[in-house]
Amino acid sequence: MNNKKPSLLRSLGIALGVVLVIVVFAYGVKVTDVNFETTRSVDRLTSLKRVIRALARPDIIEYDYDITVVEIPFYLPCPEGEEISAPDLDQSQPYMLASAYCASPQEIVHITGKNFPPDTKGPVDFYTTSGVKKPLGNFSSDSNGEFQLDVELPTRQPIAEAQQIIATIRNKVGNPMLTDTAKVTWDKILETVFMALLATTIGTALAIPVSFIAARNLMAENNSPLTSIAFSIVGWPIGIYLGLKTEGFARQLLTPYLESPGKAAIGLMICIVLIIVILQWVLKADDKKPGFDIMDIIKILANVAAGLAGIAVMLFVETLSRSIGLALVEPLGPFGFIGNFLYQMGEAATLIIPVFVALGLGAVVGGTLGKIGQNISDKSPSDVVRMVNIIGTTVAGASLFALIGTGINWLYQIDNLSKTLYWPAGIGAVIGLVLALIVKPKQPLPTGMIIYFITRTILNGTRSVEALVMAIVFVIWVGIGPFAGSLALALHTVAALAKLYSEQVESILPGPLEAVQATGANRLQTIVYAIVPQIVSPYISFTMYRWDINVRMSTIIGFVGGGGIGFLLQQNINLLAYRAASVQMVAIAVVVATMDYVSSVVRERMV
Amino acid sequence: MLEIKNLTKVYEGGTQALTDVSFSVKPGEFLAVIGLSGSGKSTLLRCINRLIEPTEGQIIWNGEDITAASQDEMLRIRRKIGMIFQHFNLVSRSKVITNVLAGRLGYINPAMSLLNHFPKSDRDMAMKQLDRVSIADQAYKRADELSGGQQQRVGIARAMVQEPDIILADEPVASLDPVLAHSIMQYLETINQEDGAMVLCSLHFLDLVHRYADRAIALNDGKLMFDGPPHDIDDEKFKEIYGKEAERVG
Repeated sequence: MNNKKPSLLRSLGIALGVVLVIVVFAYGVKVTDVNFETTRSVDRLTSLKRVIRALARPDIIEYDYDITVVEIPFYLPCPEGEEISAPDLDQSQPYMLASAYCASPQEIVHITGKNFPPDTKGPVDFYTTSGVKKPLGNFSSDSNGEFQLDVELPTRQPIAEAQQIIATIRNKVGNPMLTDTAKVTWDKILETVFMALLATTIGTALAIPVSFIAARNLMAENNSPLTSIAFSIVGWPIGIYLGLKTEGFARQLLTPYLESPGKAAIGLMICIVLIIVILQWVLKADDKKPGFDIMDIIKILANVAAGLAGIAVMLFVETLSRSIGLALVEPLGPFGFIGNFLYQMGEAATLIIPVFVALGLGAVVGGTLGKIGQNISDKSPSDVVRMVNIIGTTVAGASLFALIGTGINWLYQIDNLSKTLYWPAGIGAVIGLVLALIVKPKQPLPTGMIIYFITRTILNGTRSVEALVMAIVFVIWVGIGPFAGSLALALHTVAALAKLYSEQVESILPGPLEAVQATGANRLQTIVYAIVPQIVSPYISFTMYRWDINVRMSTIIGFVGGGGIGFLLQQNINLLAYRAASVQMVAIAVVVATMDYVSSVVRERMV
Repeated sequence: MLEIKNLTKVYEGGTQALTDVSFSVKPGEFLAVIGLSGSGKSTLLRCINRLIEPTEGQIIWNGEDITAASQDEMLRIRRKIGMIFQHFNLVSRSKVITNVLAGRLGYINPAMSLLNHFPKSDRDMAMKQLDRVSIADQAYKRADELSGGQQQRVGIARAMVQEPDIILADEPVASLDPVLAHSIMQYLETINQEDGAMVLCSLHFLDLVHRYADRAIALNDGKLMFDGPPHDIDDEKFKEIYGKEAERVG
């Protein structure tokens, strides 16, 4: 029995553990400034009561009031040598009698009210000549419409003129109405929900492709030899550069046709027809046969033409969407927001198309060069591959490090070419060269896992920055308002959802994947036919869950200017308008609870 | 003609799954692969369509070295090799017909297939093969609504629409009861005889081997122990393949 320690040592260990735990918590109490004494302070308890009572009465409904004022002229203090008598009273109206009509500050005066509406409550105040109000107390009339009240007079500067004691009778008139606070809250809560919807949509759209890259089981089998990696590292930046240039060139070339919607529409038709014709021809000629001939070159050219036509289509759609949207805003009247939507989509396209074309061409050039590298590595003898590797990795290392150097220069504005370009390029070249010499020429390297780890790291980094903090940056970029909040939430959503999604991809059954691969399906087909059916419903359920979270987050993103209800809430808290703040809290609670319920119902249906 | 030459597979971590296995299969032959669990049967079958990369050795099919094929060439080779699995490996949330059509993915245009569009001829072929295994009426049900035997028939139909020259069947009846096992084996036999596809089928029960196979090979601990007609497996050979304590059943 070697797991039985001497019992003394054991109990000492436990005692030490207990002491350690106590010390940790004691220190915790110190650093978090725990102070239970304050919780009993009378002042604080009074404030707390006031705030809680205000919060319990959200300022949602109000009435119009019919206000009757009952007044007694009053001298504070008594004027010297003058007798003050009771004023004349109209006894058909509510009236008040006082035990005295003049007195010194802080004296007690007895007030009797008569003819008041029965069972009514209301304030009794002291009004100075300048209209300053000092509350004296509250009256409460009995069933005969009478009341008795002792009030202590306030301490005021002596004034010779008559001041007033006033009782205010307020009668509710008409139906209950929503307060302005309630109306503003409704507007803002709507804004909040749609902010969350937009952020979730954008986030989901971006998270889906990323989730495949961040799934270990899909990436683990991607191994490429050094030649292929080096070639594609060189290819990607070239492709991206070419993409940006092509897009700019196409935009310039098409400018005359982009100016009028009519021309753009015709151009769009022509391009679409062109693409269909080309694709049909290319597809018909499609057959996987070995070798390379003149037909392949024609096919590549046809694909390039189709790609260019595709860019043109995007540009035409952008222009059309913008101009049609703008034209629709006026005629649609209350539905003008649909026109605005089209216009904004056009604007978004202006932003997205260059990125899209650049990444697309990057992928094409990088992928093609990578494939060429793969073929060289597969088909050539080892010595040749080593030679190609030495050249390829040197160039790849140099260009990669030069790019990183340029990036660093942009951040820190060093503006010293030898430090930001030549040195990094040289170091990169040396590293590449060394790598080419060390690695066996045809050794497959785990490219998939490298990309997987990089993606995961970026996702984890992004996820650990709160959306609230991101919103601060976006507020600077696009200004205060819900758009900044949506973008911040969208970015956070991408990171969070991509992780959840990728874990779902990792947990799929490998059997169907294997079966579809065995039929000769390519990578994309395998994803669509073996993986997508397995992940659709968890993806939907995660997206619903995320919308739920986004609604909750967008309620506070207004604290930093990100739009939504948070702005209002913060404002009211700062103004100590707790009854108004209470309305917003209720609204948040209702919306979040509803979302929670709806999303759980939908998720149950889906899974 | 399929030739396996000195095939060796060592998994990462050092497990020796196959050691220097060589044999050849004639077109139209029904070859049974027998051996204990873990003897390397599944590895052997998966090396043939390179779902598992062999460590050493060659697999030559009609003069072409499968082990040397590039990834693109491999897709072209795989579409002529149908595969049937012990656990059927259907996509359970997809329809039966979609599962079968997946067998055509290697043939049709990739772009169109991503939009779930298959030519009519392919759809007809899928229905025809489902009809052959007598479950055409289940075509539009979800795959997981079917029973085990029906699911395996979908698996066969999926392999058949590939118009395969080789069928790799990895313990196709191990998850089924004996009656269903025979019915599934009969479908494989029909395909072997009518369509002339070469069948490599790993099996556990010797009576099935005797009943259906033209020839058998046996693996023990990754080594080839036997290559010959099934009726040559006598008691001595049997003990060599399955170990000294084994007893014959069935």
